[in-house]
Amino acid sequence: MKIRKAIEAGQVLVSDGAWGTFLHAKGLKPGECPELWNVTHPQEVLDIAKSYIEAGANMIETNSFGGSRFKLDHYGLGERAFELTEAAAAISRQAAGDAHFVIGSIGPTGKILMMGDVTEEEMVDAFKVQATALAQGGADAIVVETMSAIDEAVLAIKATKENTGLEVICTFTFEKTIDGDYRTMMGVSPEQMAAAVIEAGADIIGTNCGNGMKQMVEIIRALRRAAPDIPMLVHANAGAPVIRDGVTVFPETPEEMFEVVPSLISAGASIVGGCCGTSPDHISAIRRAVEMADHES
Amino acid sequence: MSEFVEQIALCVERGKVNKDAPYPPDLKGQDGADELAKQAIDQGVKPDDILQGCILGMDRIGEKFSQNKAFVPELLMAAKAMTAAMEHLKPFFKSGEVKRKGTFVIGTIAGDLHDIGKNLVAMVAEGGGYEVVDLGNDVSADKFLQAIEEHPGCVVGMSALLTTTMVNMESAIKAIKERFPDTPVIIGGAPVTRDFAEKIGADGYSPDPKGAVALLNKKVA
Repeated sequence: MKIRKAIEAGQVLVSDGAWGTFLHAKGLKPGECPELWNVTHPQEVLDIAKSYIEAGANMIETNSFGGSRFKLDHYGLGERAFELTEAAAAISRQAAGDAHFVIGSIGPTGKILMMGDVTEEEMVDAFKVQATALAQGGADAIVVETMSAIDEAVLAIKATKENTGLEVICTFTFEKTIDGDYRTMMGVSPEQMAAAVIEAGADIIGTNCGNGMKQMVEIIRALRRAAPDIPMLVHANAGAPVIRDGVTVFPETPEEMFEVVPSLISAGASIVGGCCGTSPDHISAIRRAVEMADHES
Repeated sequence: MSEFVEQIALCVERGKVNKDAPYPPDLKGQDGADELAKQAIDQGVKPDDILQGCILGMDRIGEKFSQNKAFVPELLMAAKAMTAAMEHLKPFFKSGEVKRKGTFVIGTIAGDLHDIGKNLVAMVAEGGGYEVVDLGNDVSADKFLQAIEEHPGCVVGMSALLTTTMVNMESAIKAIKERFPDTPVIIGGAPVTRDFAEKIGADGYSPDPKGAVALLNKKVA
């Protein structure tokens, strides 16, 4: 419970930024398995992890978002799920040292339980492999992220709790509906999400991806209404992607993110970081904003 | 006879697969799309009318989905109910008594492993009266070309979830247009915009499954 303790002692913590877009910038080709880089290009992965520590993050994720057997099977790497995931945690541990936290990433499996794509047992087994590998590689906590279905997220949280002693952060991805409220693609509201994942044992909850900073303030407010006390994490995209000259660009600048951090904190976020399109520059800006907020309070 | 059509449409829209299905709770114990389609055929309802019931039901749930009044689970259940009803139409498709509106070749673009959105569009297109040829995910330009060759007159649909893979659509469309200039290509997926679709030479863009079927109806008719 190291992270939760730090938050309960009154700290606002800074998390890291994007990994996927960063890996592509370092030469990962579309169609290549990002998690395989943990063993084939460990130096590049370490560089990403380090760059976020240097930018002022208190915690960094691991290059293991797609580390489930189901995702890795596509590359013929399903059997190496433990090895690749453990390597991811070990790299981030090396970058983080003892002074920073490593939060081990577990993303969605891409399978829909209600359609009978896979059984609950198969999904639990896959999450167990990921969680235990992350723990063995040195992660301080697990972040079950980018979730949209309650059943899948609950299985991931329980698999982590039952097989490791690590604290669990769980974040969902919401979209704004025509009516102006937020739902996941599976129709889950922030209020439903908060109730279900807290019940399943999550220690920290929140939201990641899909939205820039401003929308995240609205989502955190909705989560807060349902869960007044639990610590909350935000990993915001650098806005919504636009195409400029054939290249995908996330338009939100570090300064723009900086401006919104105070409202995010007053809405109830206690860990702030980035998702798609954010760079170490964005994380530095968030760090500055958090320090200013600390001085003012 | 039209009573069956309306009942089948309702079962498809609500995702009521069969009598034993617990979903949706308020229709528990009632006949589902499966039973109703069978009864309709036994009682001499034209297979075409049964298909119309499916199309109507999928159209309604597709509209709710576009309006954020229904989400992925509701759409998936509707597709499941539709499939149950269509199972009874198989012999009539085979014999040619019921004709589909056309063929829709669909796939997620090379480099991209996400298929939930693509699957939803495939299901709604099938419910819209099209024969769907699903090429899966990580589909290369060559695979698209081969499928077009095998299904003359088809419309092609491409999907991408990642900003890093959506750019692969451009080269795939170029390859298709070089060999099959008359084959329409429509695209979609979370990061895709109308603007992007126009820039890379796609013939259509839709933000949701229902819009994709509307495009198909325009391109095929």
